[in-house]
Amino acid sequence: MIGMTHFLVLSAVLFALSVMGIFLNRKNIIVVLMSIELMLLAVNFNFVTFSTFLHNVAGQIFVFFTLTVAAAEAAIGLAILIILFRNLKSINVQDMNKLKG
Amino acid sequence: MMDVISILFYFFAAVLLFSGLKVITAKNPVHAALYLVLAFVTSSCLWMMLGVEFLSLTLILVYVGAVMVLFLFVVMMLDVDVETLRKGFWKNLPLALLLGLIVAVEMVLVLLNNTKIVTPINADPITNLSNSNVLGWVLYTQYSYPVELASMILLLGLVVAVALTLRKSEKQAKYQNINRQVSIDSKSRFTMVKMDAEVEAPTAEGEQK
Repeated sequence: MIGMTHFLVLSAVLFALSVMGIFLNRKNIIVVLMSIELMLLAVNFNFVTFSTFLHNVAGQIFVFFTLTVAAAEAAIGLAILIILFRNLKSINVQDMNKLKG
Repeated sequence: MMDVISILFYFFAAVLLFSGLKVITAKNPVHAALYLVLAFVTSSCLWMMLGVEFLSLTLILVYVGAVMVLFLFVVMMLDVDVETLRKGFWKNLPLALLLGLIVAVEMVLVLLNNTKIVTPINADPITNLSNSNVLGWVLYTQYSYPVELASMILLLGLVVAVALTLRKSEKQAKYQNINRQVSIDSKSRFTMVKMDAEVEAPTAEGEQK
């Protein structure tokens, strides 16, 4: 029988994978953004699991708002990425040092 | 002997973890984006298994339909040199593995010790409404102000995305000229013009044909 622990362990492993992704692809900001999306998915997974198994609909409402914020974040992040590429001709994180004092 | 639910769960979990692994290790960002789509679809299937129907469909519509298409669009539009971006990959691998392992082990240890297992429900047991119906009831009564706030956040995202990517040229958009705004004085705001009083000329009746 599949219980709550199975889903929670799955989402924990997914979260750890995306943490690893941020470290592995430190230079490529697109993959870093994708890892953040994966991380949000793992967190949403936790919310959904608890909401279902503990009979409380508030968790699902929270996932709804997380999806909203994640969509806005992706749109703004990609817009910033586009103007960065337009100005620097690269998306390497190490080229983004213009704010050094 | 496993039942159908267990087989489905382990199948989807394996696909989800595989696609998550491919997202962070794929050489080409386009492949990473496509594997991320696979991860979203698989987790939507798992959410459907949990009985969270509305959110699993929303995940496909919003994420796969909008956000990931945006990602793919940007990845394909930018002419990215992949090789220089992957330079530190193998150097960072031990640290990343260590950190990932620590995070995973910690979370799993916490989870294994304090969980009580209950069976999932597909609908509200008291009112016997479907998942979408329950969500709608709560969302538009108890959480109506947060819903309006969420709509403002989406509007903000729209405005910011347009404002950021608009090129700074006179043809596309009107911009403030700060120098001219600051150096203004009262004379350039308000001018007196001398003119004769206007008297309305008498119009003839036949002219209005």
